Amino acid sequence: MQHYNMNLTLKVWRQKNKEDKGGFQNYQVKDISSEMSFLEMLDVLNEQLIRDGQDPIAFDHDCREGICGMCSLYINGKPHGDWKANTTCQLHMRAFKDGETIVIEPWRAGAFPVVKDLVVDRSAFDRIIQAGGFISVNTGNAVDGNSLPINKDAADAAFAAAMCIGCGACVAACKNASAMLFLSAKVSHLALLPQGDPERKSRVFNMVAQMDKEGFGACTNTGACEAACPKEISIANIARLNKEYLFASITAEK
Amino acid sequence: MTWKQVFTSSVGKKLVMGFTGIFLILFLIVHVGLNACIWANDGGEMFNKGAHFMGANWVPRILEIGLFAGLLLHIIQGLLLVFYNRSKRTVGYAINYGNRGSKWYSRSMGLLGTIILLFLILHLANFWLPNRSHQGFLLGEEINLYTTMKDVFSNILVVIVYVFGCISLGYHLAHGFQSAFKTLGIHNKRWHKSISAVGLAFSIIVPLLFAMMPLSFYFGWIN
Ligand code: HEM
Ligand code: SF4
Ligand code: FES
Repeated sequence: MQHYNMNLTLKVWRQKNKEDKGGFQNYQVKDISSEMSFLEMLDVLNEQLIRDGQDPIAFDHDCREGICGMCSLYINGKPHGDWKANTTCQLHMRAFKDGETIVIEPWRAGAFPVVKDLVVDRSAFDRIIQAGGFISVNTGNAVDGNSLPINKDAADAAFAAAMCIGCGACVAACKNASAMLFLSAKVSHLALLPQGDPERKSRVFNMVAQMDKEGFGACTNTGACEAACPKEISIANIARLNKEYLFASITAEK
Repeated sequence: MTWKQVFTSSVGKKLVMGFTGIFLILFLIVHVGLNACIWANDGGEMFNKGAHFMGANWVPRILEIGLFAGLLLHIIQGLLLVFYNRSKRTVGYAINYGNRGSKWYSRSMGLLGTIILLFLILHLANFWLPNRSHQGFLLGEEINLYTTMKDVFSNILVVIVYVFGCISLGYHLAHGFQSAFKTLGIHNKRWHKSISAVGLAFSIIVPLLFAMMPLSFYFGWIN
């Protein structure tokens, strides 16, 4: 694609801290290269703001190569922007035209309170993982990796579920601000593997309980999450989580 | 993992919706099948026989209690879930996410359900209440439901409300049918494909048949 430069109007959510009400503010950026990433474009704006003695816009990022799950912008009504199966850091400016107005909002969910500007607190996800998203292994001699046969389809499905980077776009897209796609990816990943089997009942139960406690909504199977997910986590995982939960509740001892 | 913990969790609440939803689907099959007897074109004889079996027999009358219980559970849990889910995004977006990945009716189950509920109130007031009160709410003598139908459906406004109720039911089921099976844990793609196809057919055919009933009376397609 031909390289081009563009001038843009950015409508950005600014909020000093958790307590501040916040609001949109307009900015102009000039001569943005179509080769830049979206975050580089924001870097340009922030340098401009710093030079003008203003507070730069806070936004989350880390790897900038689509693998860590830190970046989290709601761009023109889409988590991670308009490209499919893509993170904000991998969104490039060639997705936009000269003269366009881009609206940038933080993830919106009660369980993801805004810390500052576009940064939200996603530690609720960490606490959900702590509630059961692990396997317990006693130390001892290392076991031969091939001693445990695993069906190839199950291994592939587990791997696909393990692709989740915990970005929270599913929550941002869901009308109920439900974390079920995230949760189901974690539960499925371990439920599909023999290593996850011993703790499967307590895992699904404790993780769902933690999700509810954090204040996420309930799933209504609309499918918005799957379409927003940068790692294309399948919504079929949610049905698998439901199965795990139903079986665990029927077969529980107490 | 007590039952209380299960059914107060978000997944457990959805399980209640799924089970009661499928239960109501089963009820619809019975209801539409029995009512289709109006098209026997015998002045309502066959239909009234069927209605008599349902109304003057302890077995279906006890099942009726189960039906109301299931319906109430579905409605109350459904409305509670709508408010629960709404409260989870306190600050909204300036630009909505829209239709990507989801259909408007899958996001409007509470609204569609509420329209169905309003329709149901009218529907019960039209037929169930007059008949049961005539029976003294026990196994007393019934009214002629066929002529009642004829009478009720001579009013164009009532016919319009019924058709609108059926359309809402169709959309409610277009999402609800397949969603219920996902809620109950069917995750295999091959099963989900067939369930979705059956669900779509069901949510078109059954509400269409229901809608044809008031239309048939109003336009005199049966005698
Ligand atoms: C005969 C009438 C009805 C039938 C056959 C029916 C069927 C269903 C089915 C199959 C589901 C899907 C459950 C799931 O996703 O697990 C559902 C969900 C739901 N129904 Fe109904 N329903 C009926 C009436 C109502 C009424 C009167 C209301 C009143 C408010 C209502 C409100 C809801 C709500 C809020 C949901 C949850 C939506 C979701 O989770 O996506 N329904 N219904
Ligand atoms: S399921 Fe997808 S959208 Fe949700 S947290 Fe994981 S990677 Fe992000
Ligand atoms: S910054 Fe790591 S995924 Fe975007």
